[in-house]
Amino acid sequence: MDWFENGWGLSLIVFLPILGALAALAIPKERESTVKQWSMLVAVVTFGLSLIVAFGFDLGAAEQYQFETNVPWISAIGANYHVGVDGISLPLLVLSTFILVLAMIYSWNHWEEPRNPKAFLILMLILGTGMNGTFVALDLVLFFIFFEVVLLPMYFMIGIWGDKSMRQIPGFGKEMPTRLYASIKFFLFTLFGSAFMLLGFLALYFKSGEFGGRTFDIPTLAAHGAAGDFASWGIAGLVFGAMFLGFAVKVPMWPLHTWLPDAHTAAPTVGSVLLAAILLKLGSYGFIRIAIPVLPEAAKDWAPTIAILSVIGIIYGSLACLAQTDVKRLIAFSSVGHMGFVMLGIATLTDVGINASIIGMVAHGLITGLLFFLAGSMHHRYHTREMSRLGGNLKLMPRLGAILSFTAMASLGLPGLAGFWGEFMALLGAFNPLDGLSVGLFRGAMVAGAIGTVLTAGYMLFMLQKVNLGEPSEEWVGHEFHDVDRYEMTAWVPLIILIVVIGFYPKVVFGATTDAVVNMVDNAYAVDSTASLDVSGS
Amino acid sequence: MSWEIDYLALLPEIVVAVTILAVLSLDLFLPRRLKYWTATVAVLGVTLAAIPLIVIWAGDARASMFDGSFVVDDFALVLKGLFLVAGYITLLMSVSYVESDRYYQGEYYLLLLCSILGSMVMASSRDLIVLFIGLELTTGPLFMLAGWRKGDIRSNEASLKYFILGVLSTAILLWGMSMLFGVTGAVQFGEISVAVDTIMAGDPDMQPLLGLAIMFMLVGFGFKVSAVPFHFWAPDTYEGAPTPVTAYLSVSSKAAGFVALFTVVYLAVPGAVTFWGPALWALAALSMTVANLAALRQSNVVRLLAYSSIAQAGFMLVPFAGAAVSGRDKLGEGLQATVIYLMIYALMNLGAFAAVIVAARRTGTAELAGWAGLGRRDPRLAVLMAIFFFSLAGIPPLAGWFAKFVMFQSVISSGGLAGGVLAVIAAINAVIAFYYYARIAKTIWFESPPEGAETFEDAPAGSLVWVLGVAAVVTILVGVLPDISGFFGRATQVLVEAAGG
Repeated sequence: MDWFENGWGLSLIVFLPILGALAALAIPKERESTVKQWSMLVAVVTFGLSLIVAFGFDLGAAEQYQFETNVPWISAIGANYHVGVDGISLPLLVLSTFILVLAMIYSWNHWEEPRNPKAFLILMLILGTGMNGTFVALDLVLFFIFFEVVLLPMYFMIGIWGDKSMRQIPGFGKEMPTRLYASIKFFLFTLFGSAFMLLGFLALYFKSGEFGGRTFDIPTLAAHGAAGDFASWGIAGLVFGAMFLGFAVKVPMWPLHTWLPDAHTAAPTVGSVLLAAILLKLGSYGFIRIAIPVLPEAAKDWAPTIAILSVIGIIYGSLACLAQTDVKRLIAFSSVGHMGFVMLGIATLTDVGINASIIGMVAHGLITGLLFFLAGSMHHRYHTREMSRLGGNLKLMPRLGAILSFTAMASLGLPGLAGFWGEFMALLGAFNPLDGLSVGLFRGAMVAGAIGTVLTAGYMLFMLQKVNLGEPSEEWVGHEFHDVDRYEMTAWVPLIILIVVIGFYPKVVFGATTDAVVNMVDNAYAVDSTASLDVSGS
Repeated sequence: MSWEIDYLALLPEIVVAVTILAVLSLDLFLPRRLKYWTATVAVLGVTLAAIPLIVIWAGDARASMFDGSFVVDDFALVLKGLFLVAGYITLLMSVSYVESDRYYQGEYYLLLLCSILGSMVMASSRDLIVLFIGLELTTGPLFMLAGWRKGDIRSNEASLKYFILGVLSTAILLWGMSMLFGVTGAVQFGEISVAVDTIMAGDPDMQPLLGLAIMFMLVGFGFKVSAVPFHFWAPDTYEGAPTPVTAYLSVSSKAAGFVALFTVVYLAVPGAVTFWGPALWALAALSMTVANLAALRQSNVVRLLAYSSIAQAGFMLVPFAGAAVSGRDKLGEGLQATVIYLMIYALMNLGAFAAVIVAARRTGTAELAGWAGLGRRDPRLAVLMAIFFFSLAGIPPLAGWFAKFVMFQSVISSGGLAGGVLAVIAAINAVIAFYYYARIAKTIWFESPPEGAETFEDAPAGSLVWVLGVAAVVTILVGVLPDISGFFGRATQVLVEAAGG
């Protein structure tokens, strides 16, 4: 298995989905079940390989890149094919392959118009390559490519299978289908950000030439960052800002978030799940993997801004949730709030905060992914997502209602479930940010974030009360609803189990991340911060 | 002085010239029903011409003839390759197009071949006169080809507009050239370059005249490459001309104009970079911005592609212009990026036009609204279109991303505030451009076909399938393994050496 550990195992995880997609092209459209079985096989094998990586991963050396491959790729511009995982990317990689399998199980018997499972599954597989690739890429050009590869499949998913209803477009006097508006908005926002991100990458490339050779290599650039090479660079703040635009749009951070509610609401269920569970993490992962280690000084200058925007995102997202009437849109806005906690954790620039953000990402992926599954299944049955028309869900469909209650509790950060750690530790990190950052500002952010948790509890309970409790409205009297079917159960139970497991035993994630994060923060800011880490529940 | 003629180095041109004669005489004797043989001969001739080209490329026979006025080096060879491939693809696209409407087939191929020959000569020219002859031989036949659909009033308009503005630009160009000759007393680039350096170093009286000469030439080239603000002929001509001719106009003729521009400013007047650098900067910024904004409003796909090609010309200029505003020593690097962009653009744009020809034939219209739901009527064609248009938009992993990437890399590398501003303008424009490319994808994939619309199961003409297939495969391949296109950049190295950079 040498070839596997020398890094080609990771390449297999990245490229197997797209090769599977190419093979699926050859299957005639009419043979739906063959296409489904084939795609499922590809997804399961990919997930299996990521588990092999996870179990083969040396936790004692989590701060080092493992399963590394580094070969020349584009000599003309000095880009290499460099992939590898460390403790930070491993949980996200496993999450990504895992969610893809669940999404396929769920879609087994849930096809939105105009059906065409073959095309949909091919897009899902291409998406898989983009997501897995972003988490293992250790070269800026490679990262950029994978970061962009996810756009096209998602664009088509939203545009073709998305919400068919018409919608008034603000600023334009006409109506257009929601899915068209949402898909182009999603693409344009992300592209706008990533065009500037690319300019930032290129600036880094040329700057690195002053310190022993131009390079796109992320570990090398991070080493330059740690050595303080970029500390006196006049435009470092601008370069960080350019990358900030790219990543912040993807996260999304307030005020760049406006594509998210539209895209999430309009996307087909599986699209929303993948978008929420994985795609949003590409942005916050970019901050941890690239922006902070490479430009630690600039990150320090930007940290207060990021913290303020995160807090605004938390409060704004929660308030917006309270105003929603559509279940799916409510969940979408809740993402803005939750990703606000993730970004607040990052902004503290401490190991506690960044650990919090990683577990926050994983938890958000599991919980919000499940919430979108549930919203999709409810829409499938009620043919509406208006909360005013729903009610008494627990009586109509006891099992679905129970899962919804459970997930909503997890989402509001109930201790003992996965959502708790990210929020709690992010606030804890904000109490004691990196030396040199304004303690007053971050403590203020902590207080505001704490208020945000209360608001989160408020809108989640409000949603539960509207949807789950009470008597079914007269509209549904006499309707027979089929409760959760076996495909849904198969897709959801693993998520539920993981939410509980991570809630009780967060070391599942921290075990991998802690050393890597501590090492990263130590390198970037040369501080000894191991002492504060005992809160991680280990 | 060496007046010796190296016939091997001239062989590609000779083969094309012989093909021209063969087509001409065949056309005289063939009965009407056998006229399609002229097409076969033309395609065959262009294919044959590629063989000596490859032989020269593989060997080390490089030549400089006629006192250095005609040079066969790596740079010229790569461009000749581009012109041959583009010509070959255009011929293939024309076959079914011209046949279906009983045009004057023989004359059509004859003119197209003349244009190809002109562009090949132009790639080798290193003096003002040869360059002028090459450039005019490239564009002259296109005046007539643009009006080939005689019965269509828009085709007449296309031809007339192109002719009048083309001739005007030729006159301006020639005037600029004659002034340059007057100032420097030379027509050969190397000699001009020395004279220009002398003037710039210590003859301030001549500098205004030199500047004027360069500006006139830039205006002339600006028309040829349809850079804003000299672009007004392009959308009307593109829309009215037969679509294969439009494809040729937007690729070969534009590339020829670019090559003429670059060889002149880079080899002949690099010393006066302070004059033309800012002008190119403005041309690049204006072309991108104005054309992209105009493209947003287009409802006709061919017109949209016309504006898109103007905008792409702006992107192409960015690296070279960015280098030019930051000094002479950066020019070589900028030129490499521009040439790589040009090559990749040529490939994906030809693919896009081939797809547009098929789609327009099938739906009977080039209006975007008529293509609604094409994804369900002909999925394979729609996938190909998505590939080409998203590649033009620069979305990875399709070839276009690498072109844009190299562009950004080069312009940032040249440093300086002006380069940085140009990079930001280009970045914003890349996003704007995406919107109208995506609009085509949206109409094709996201909208429903009209009630009762037929689906297309059969394959289009074999020559078009071949063009589409090759273009799509190469577009993806270059996108995934961009090193393949690196040698285009390396080929410009010889030009950099020639300029003493």
